Amino acid sequence: MRTIAIMNRVLKELFRDKRTLALMFIAPILIMLLMSVIFNTNSTTDVSIGTVGVTKSLNKELDGIKHVSVKKYTTKAKAKKALKDDKVDAIIKKNGNNYHLTYANTDSTKTATVKLAFKNAVTTTSINKLKSALKQSTKATMKLQAQLQALQKQAAASQTTAKTTSTKATANNMATKSTSQKTPKITNSYVYGDKDTGYFAKMLPILMGFFVFFFVFLISGMALLKERTTGTLDRLLATPVKRSSIVFGYMLSYGILAIIQTIEIVMVTVWLLGIEVVGSLVSVVIINLLLALVALAFGILLSTFANSEFQMMQFIPIVIVPQIFFSGLIPLDSMANWIKGISYIIPLKYSGDAVNSIIMRGTSIMDLGFNIGMLLIFLVVLTILNIVGLRRYRKV
Amino acid sequence: MATAIIDLQHLAKIFGKQTVLKDINLTVNAGEIVGLIGPSGAGKSTVIKVTLGMEVASGGSAKVFDTQMPNRQLLSRIGYMAQTDALYDSLSGYENLKFYGQMKGISKDDLPQAIQHVAEVVDLTKDLKKRVAGYSGGMMRRLSLAIALLGDPDLLILDEPTVGIDPALRRQIWAELGRIRDAGRSILITTHVMDEAELVDRVALLLDGKVMAFDEPVVLKHDYGVDSIEDVFLKAEGVD
Repeated sequence: MRTIAIMNRVLKELFRDKRTLALMFIAPILIMLLMSVIFNTNSTTDVSIGTVGVTKSLNKELDGIKHVSVKKYTTKAKAKKALKDDKVDAIIKKNGNNYHLTYANTDSTKTATVKLAFKNAVTTTSINKLKSALKQSTKATMKLQAQLQALQKQAAASQTTAKTTSTKATANNMATKSTSQKTPKITNSYVYGDKDTGYFAKMLPILMGFFVFFFVFLISGMALLKERTTGTLDRLLATPVKRSSIVFGYMLSYGILAIIQTIEIVMVTVWLLGIEVVGSLVSVVIINLLLALVALAFGILLSTFANSEFQMMQFIPIVIVPQIFFSGLIPLDSMANWIKGISYIIPLKYSGDAVNSIIMRGTSIMDLGFNIGMLLIFLVVLTILNIVGLRRYRKV
Repeated sequence: MATAIIDLQHLAKIFGKQTVLKDINLTVNAGEIVGLIGPSGAGKSTVIKVTLGMEVASGGSAKVFDTQMPNRQLLSRIGYMAQTDALYDSLSGYENLKFYGQMKGISKDDLPQAIQHVAEVVDLTKDLKKRVAGYSGGMMRRLSLAIALLGDPDLLILDEPTVGIDPALRRQIWAELGRIRDAGRSILITTHVMDEAELVDRVALLLDGKVMAFDEPVVLKHDYGVDSIEDVFLKAEGVD
């Protein structure tokens, strides 16, 4: 019962602090709207592509696509220099039948535009080629048929069979040649980053978790710090309340707040930003709730090491910022092994992984046992530390 | 001899290398107001903290209601008022009282009546609906006292309860403390106001972590050959 009373009190305090509420509920939306506007402007991006040794028809096709302009270079070195000087956004080089694409990739939307344009151009040119090839082959077959008829008319001679096989063979050769032309091999390389760099869709699940973590951590830490500095914690502990009731009361109230916040953020991303969520929204909320509780326990724990609100703020660069680096926003594969090791103690990594696979691959929450388990371990350990830690203020 | 509600024997408390309390012997009997006076840093707050079980004694024994402290259950019988007001600013006076009442374990049925009673004692009835953020310093102090009085505890521990309260109300509060004493309940009170020390039944003089003197104000004045507790205090401190 005392736990519920504490929960009610904390919620009452929170809902009367309008500014903090606004920060929790409006700031994430504002930032995400801004980000989506900034990251999703590819419809009006103009790109220029440098080509080396590419056929005339493909160049023409590329140039015909909206927002795409083509510059022809004679050698790869010249094209590369142009890429370096920011004159072109990508280079397409033809090696025999294959294409090699190099992207500056300083702007992921431009890279995407080039990829799309190139794919379209290649498809159109190959369709055109196919058409002409078809025409040619029909002509060839007609010729062959005519020859055959002529041969049959010439008649009789027993060598004919050998001749037809040889012509058939040449026809077959031609056919294989045209199929190999149809599917040229395309290789991509990037001057900066890789194919996963900076997609809003990939950032979103992590951002969502980050907002929940950041605000719950900061506000709950501040709240307990205030209880300590104003003396209400001492007074609370001078009543027969259990230490665990205090911790659980805080957990319940901030859990409720985190649920509301997560639902709000999910709604905005789905309805306003039009991000597709493949998996279940309920699972997303559950994972974020878990993360919020971890953040709460973390905030309460660290608040005992701070003597003022300002000292609490000092935890942001130490505790919050590293979370962003290891959350999966930046691909971990390219990092050194010892740095990867750090990521295992970052709660945001586990929630980011889990929410990512729910949103993008529709993974069921049942298959995320590892990530959920890790979050639960964080939660249980931090909660126990908090309950024991309150012993500092009352010995029973 | 009357039953001792608080019984501190040879109490010592050491924080790290600093010895705050050396040898405290202090008893508070049922139906008695005991005053604790001493210069700041003498260890008054530490005595209170050990009595409440927030700190554990390094030596000696601290018994409250004949039970060794710390003991969580016992806290429901103790009303505590700290030096700081310790109120929730964004809640109203009533909500503060209700919350602490719930924490003390006062039943839902008794709570409204208990709140009304203590509000009358500290003269806050008409301000209960207001948020504490809009209270004056004196009102906060009174609300804080009201919280300590909630649930008619058998033992009141009050740390500087009358700081910032105007004389008329101070007299009113002392009258209430007198009634509590007459009802057989006990009060341990720290104070800086020397004329208040004259109003208590027995006064303990705390100096350098030791109880220098502990007796009725009249006896102390006689022993030290002075006219007021203030002079006793100064003499004990060695100031002439």
